[in-house]
Amino acid sequence: MSLLTFLIVAPLVGSILIGILGRRPGSSRPVALVSSLIVFVLSLLLWVRFDPSQPDYQFVESYQWIPSLGVSFLVGIDGVSLFMVLLTTFLTPLAVLASWDSIEEKTGAFYALILILESLILGVFIAVDVFLFYVFWEAMLIPMYLLIGVWGGERRIYAAIKFFLFTMGGSILMLVAIIYCYHVHDLQSGGGSFDLRLWQGLVLGSGLQRWLFLAFFAAFAVKIPLVPLHTWLPDAHVEAPTAGSVLLAGVLLKMGAYGLLRFAIPLFPEGARAYAPLVLTIAVIGIVYGALMALVQSDIKRLVAYSSVSHMGFVVLGIFSFDIAGVEGAIFLMVSHGLSTGALFLLVGMIYERRHTRLISEFGGLKRVMPLYASLFLVVLLSSMGLPGLNGFVGEFLVLLGAFQTARPYAVAGAGGIVLTAIYLLWMYKRMMLGEVDNPANLGLRDLSRRETAILVPIVILIVWMGVAPGSFLRSLDGTVELFVSRATDAFGIE
Amino acid sequence: MGTASRLLPLIPLIPALSALVLAVAGRRLGRSSSGRLACGAVGVSFALAVIGFASMLGMAEGERSVTVGLFDWIAAGSFTAKAALVFDPLSGIISMVVTGVGLLIHVYSVGYMSKDKDFSRFFAYFNFFTASMLLLVLSENLLLMFVGWEGVGLCSYLLIGFWFEKKAAVDAGMKALIVNRIGDVGFLLGILMTFLIFGTVSFGEFLPLVPTQDTALLSVSGILLFVGAIGKSAQIPLCIWLPDAMEGPAPVSAYLHAATMVTAGVYMVARTAPLYAEAPLILALVGVIGAVTALYASTIALAQDDFKRILAYSTISQLGYMFLACGVGAFGAAIFYLVTHAFFMALLFLVAGSVMHAMAGESDIRKMGGLKDKLPITYRTFVIAALALVGIPPLAGFFSKGTVLWSAFREGYTLLWAVGVAGVFLTAFYIGRVWALVFEGRFRGRAEELRRLHESPPSMIWSLWLLAAGSVVIGFIGIPHASWIERFLAPYLAVKTVEPSSLAVEVGLTLLNIAVAIGGLLLARHLYLVDRALPERVAAGVAPLYRFIKGKFWIDELYDILLVRPFFFLSRVVLWRLVDKAIVDASFNGVGRVVRLSSEVLRLSQVGNLRFYLFILFGGAMALVGWMVLGSA
Repeated sequence: MSLLTFLIVAPLVGSILIGILGRRPGSSRPVALVSSLIVFVLSLLLWVRFDPSQPDYQFVESYQWIPSLGVSFLVGIDGVSLFMVLLTTFLTPLAVLASWDSIEEKTGAFYALILILESLILGVFIAVDVFLFYVFWEAMLIPMYLLIGVWGGERRIYAAIKFFLFTMGGSILMLVAIIYCYHVHDLQSGGGSFDLRLWQGLVLGSGLQRWLFLAFFAAFAVKIPLVPLHTWLPDAHVEAPTAGSVLLAGVLLKMGAYGLLRFAIPLFPEGARAYAPLVLTIAVIGIVYGALMALVQSDIKRLVAYSSVSHMGFVVLGIFSFDIAGVEGAIFLMVSHGLSTGALFLLVGMIYERRHTRLISEFGGLKRVMPLYASLFLVVLLSSMGLPGLNGFVGEFLVLLGAFQTARPYAVAGAGGIVLTAIYLLWMYKRMMLGEVDNPANLGLRDLSRRETAILVPIVILIVWMGVAPGSFLRSLDGTVELFVSRATDAFGIE
Repeated sequence: MGTASRLLPLIPLIPALSALVLAVAGRRLGRSSSGRLACGAVGVSFALAVIGFASMLGMAEGERSVTVGLFDWIAAGSFTAKAALVFDPLSGIISMVVTGVGLLIHVYSVGYMSKDKDFSRFFAYFNFFTASMLLLVLSENLLLMFVGWEGVGLCSYLLIGFWFEKKAAVDAGMKALIVNRIGDVGFLLGILMTFLIFGTVSFGEFLPLVPTQDTALLSVSGILLFVGAIGKSAQIPLCIWLPDAMEGPAPVSAYLHAATMVTAGVYMVARTAPLYAEAPLILALVGVIGAVTALYASTIALAQDDFKRILAYSTISQLGYMFLACGVGAFGAAIFYLVTHAFFMALLFLVAGSVMHAMAGESDIRKMGGLKDKLPITYRTFVIAALALVGIPPLAGFFSKGTVLWSAFREGYTLLWAVGVAGVFLTAFYIGRVWALVFEGRFRGRAEELRRLHESPPSMIWSLWLLAAGSVVIGFIGIPHASWIERFLAPYLAVKTVEPSSLAVEVGLTLLNIAVAIGGLLLARHLYLVDRALPERVAAGVAPLYRFIKGKFWIDELYDILLVRPFFFLSRVVLWRLVDKAIVDASFNGVGRVVRLSSEVLRLSQVGNLRFYLFILFGGAMALVGWMVLGSA
C-alpha cells in the first residue's frame, strides 16, 4: 500500500482504534490527535516528493473495484489536490485539539467521525476515477451531517437537514451527468470506464457540453457556495461544533471550487466558456452580497459564514479568468481562506467556550482582558482582509490580476469588495475587542491557555509564511495550472 | 557601493526586527530598555541611510541609483514582483527624513509616553511604522510599495486607536483605515493597469518605457494611482479621516500624520513622475485637487478650536501645496516642500503635544493663553515652526513654499498660483490665531491648572530644539537659482527644462509672499490680542458662513447622509431582511414544505434512516449504470 491509499486508510484505522480502545475522552482524544498528526506528516512527505514540473497526476495508484462497470480505485494528485490534501491534514489535528474540552458527550463517536470525515475528504481530493470521486463526495455528507446533528447547537436538526438536502440536490444532477458521460465514453471507445484521464478525450458537441457543465456546476455551486444557493451555509456554521465549522469552512467549501478545476471545466471547456459571463457575474455578486450580509450580522459565526461567501466569490472569479495568474491566485486563496477562516472559527469557538454566546453585542473591550487573544485575532483578521505581507493578499491580488487581463469589468467590481471586507471585519473587531469592558461578564475572562495558543500559532506562522514567501507554494502549482488553462482555453483549437 | 548595497535591506529590517522583539517581549524588557531599543533601531537605520547617501554623493550624476534584488516575491504566469529595493536621490533623501525626523520623534515619545501603561506596545507600533514607511520609500516596484503603503495604513489604524478604551480614538482609527481602503482600491487597480500596459510593475523597467505608450492608457493608470494618493495624503474628497486621526497621541500625529505617512501620496506621484509627465490632463487634475484642497483646509482651520485639529487642517492644506507643485510639473519643488514640511509640521505637533502635556491633555485653545512664560522653550520652538510654516525668511518654508508658488507662476498656472498665495494669507492668519490664543495674553483656564503648568522633560525639549534647528537650516538646500535639492533630484524626476524668466518678477512675487504672510499674522494679532471683541462681531455678522466653516463644510454629515446611511439601509433592510431571508431562504424552505406535503403520500416508504436513503440513491445510480451498460452492449 503506498502513500495516497495510506492517507485514506490511516484515519480510518484511527477511528477503529477509538472504537476498540473505548470511548472515554482519555483514550479517544490522543488516538485521534496522533492519527491525524501521522496523516499530516505523511502528507508533508507527499509535498516533498511532488514534482511541480510534471502536469500529470502523480503518485497514481489503481486497484480494480467493479471491473464489470470499469470502476476502479484510481487515485492520484496534481498541484491543486496536493494543497487541498495538505490543508485538510493540517486543519484536522487542529480541529481535534480545539474539541479537547468542549466535546463532553459521546466523545469516542465524535472523534471517530472526525477521522472518518478526514478520510472521506481526502478521498474526494485524490480520486481520479469519477465514480470513486462521487462516492467520496456523497459519503462525506454523512459524518458531517452527524457532527452537526448530534453535537450542534439548538437548531442543529434544521441546519443539518438543510445542509444535507442542499448538497444532495446539487449532487443528483451531477450524478446524472456522470452516468451520461460514462455512456458516451462507452460508445466512443468501446469500453466503460470512469477514468478521468480517459474522459478528457471525450468528443462532445458544444450544446451537450453546456448541459453537462451545468449539471456538474449545480453540484459545485451549492458547495462553494454561490449566491443564491448559499443559505444553507450560515445555518450549518452557526449550529455546527467548532471542529465542524473549521472543516466545513476550511475544507468542504473548497471541494466545490476543486470540482470546477478538476472536473467541470477541463471536461467541458466549451460549456464553461459559454457560461463564463454568467458565472463571473454570480461570483462578483457573491463578493459584494456576502460582504454586505456579513456587515449586518449580530452573530459572529454568521458573520464569518457570510464572509466565506464573499471570499469564495473571489476564488470563482480567479478560476473563470482562465488566466494562469488568476487561477493560481484562486487556488492560493482557497488555501489562505481555509487557514484564516478556519482560524476565525477556532477563535470564535474559544470565546464561546468562555461565554456561551456568539453575539457580538455581548462583547467589547476584550483586548484589555485577553490581550493575546485580541492580538492573534487581529492577525487572522488582517489575513482575511488581504493585508499585503500576509497570505490573503497574494491570492486576492493574483485573482484580480488574472481577471483584469481577461474579464476586466468583473475585476474592477470585485476590487470594490475589498473595501467592504475591511468595513465588516474592522467593525466587528471594534465591537468585540476595543472600547471599555462594559459587560461585567467579560471582566474575569482568562486569556488563551497553552493548548489554545498551540492551536493558533501554527496557523499564524503559515499565514505569515505564505504571505512573505508565496513562491514555495505557487511553484508547485505551475504545471497543473498551465495544463488547466490550456485545456480551458485552447481545447478544440478555439480561441 | 558593494557593501553599502548589502546594507540597504537592513534599513527597513532593523526597525522591523525591533518591532517584533517589542511586540513579543516588550513587557519583559521594561520601559527603559524598550525605549532604548526602539530609538536605537531607528538611530541605526538613520546612520545607515546617511552612510548610503554619503557614498551616493561620491558617484557620478545619473548613476546614483542602486538596486538590490532580494528574491522573487510573487511570481505567477507572466507576472513577477521582486522583493527589491532601490536607493537613489529620491528614496535616499526621503529615507533620511523618515529615520532622522523619526528618531527625534521617537526620543520625544520616550518622555511623552513615559506614564502610559502600554509603553512597549506603543514603541512596537512606532518601530513597525518606521519599517513599513521605509519599505514604501525604498521599494523598487509598485507592488512592494503597496506592501509598505498598507503597512503604514495598518500602523496608522493601530496608533490612532492606541488608547483603545477611548471610543473616539477607536472610531477615528477605523475611519482612517476604511477611507484609505477606498484609495487603496484605486492604487491596486492602478498597479493592474500599469502591468497591463507595460507587462511589469518595476519602476526601473516601466518608467523608461513611458514615452512609447498611448497617453489615454497612461492617463487611466495615472488617475487610478492618484486615487491612492488622495486617500493616503488626505486630499479632497478623501480628506475626512485626517482631522479625526488627531485622537491618537501627539507624537503619532507628528510622525505619521504630518511628517511622513501622509506625504506618501506625494512621494508616489513623484516616484512615477515620468508617467504623469506624459499624462498632462491627469497632471493638471493633480494640481487642481491640490490647490482646492489647500484652500479648503486652510479655510476650515480658521474657525477650529482644537490645537491639533487646526494643525491637521494645516497639514491637509500643506499637502495640497505639494500636489499643486506636482501638478505644475515641479516635482523637485514638491519633494523640497515635503522635506521642509516634515521638520516644521512635526515640530508644530510636538509643540502641541508639549502644551497638552503641560495642560493635562487639554487641547482646546480657548482654555489656554499666556503660556509663553510657563513654557518658554515650547514657545520659542513654536515661533520658529510657525514662521517657517508661513514662509518668513530665512526659515525653511520661505524657500520651499516660495519655490512651489514661483513654479506655478512660471509655468503659467496663474490661477493655481493665486490660490496658493491666498492660502499663504489664511495659513498666516490661523497660525497667528493659535499663537495669540495659546501663548500670548492671559491664561483662561482654572487656577489649579495654572499652578500645575510645567515645561516638558529634557527628552522632549531636546527633540523640539533639534527640529527647530532643522526648520531653520533645511531650507538652504533649495535656495532659488542655486537649489541643490532640485538639481540633485532632476535626473530622477521628469523635470522640464526651465525657460529663463524675469528675475524682477520673481523677486517681486517673493516679496509679495512675505508681505501677505506678515499681513496674515498681524491681522490675527489685531483680532485676538488688540480688538478682542471683533472676531465675535465678525462671526455674528456672517453667521451662516461662520457656521459652515466651523462645521467643516458639513462634509462628514454629507457623507453620512449620502453614503453611510443608505449603505447600511441597503445591507440591513433591503438585502438581509428582504432578499436573503424573506425571498431566497424562504423560497428554498417553501420548496421543502411542498416536497414534504407531497411526500405525505409516499411516507410509507420512509424509514427515517439516512443511510437507507443513501443506499437507495447509490442503488438507483448503479441500476441506471447497469442498464446503460447492458443496453449498449
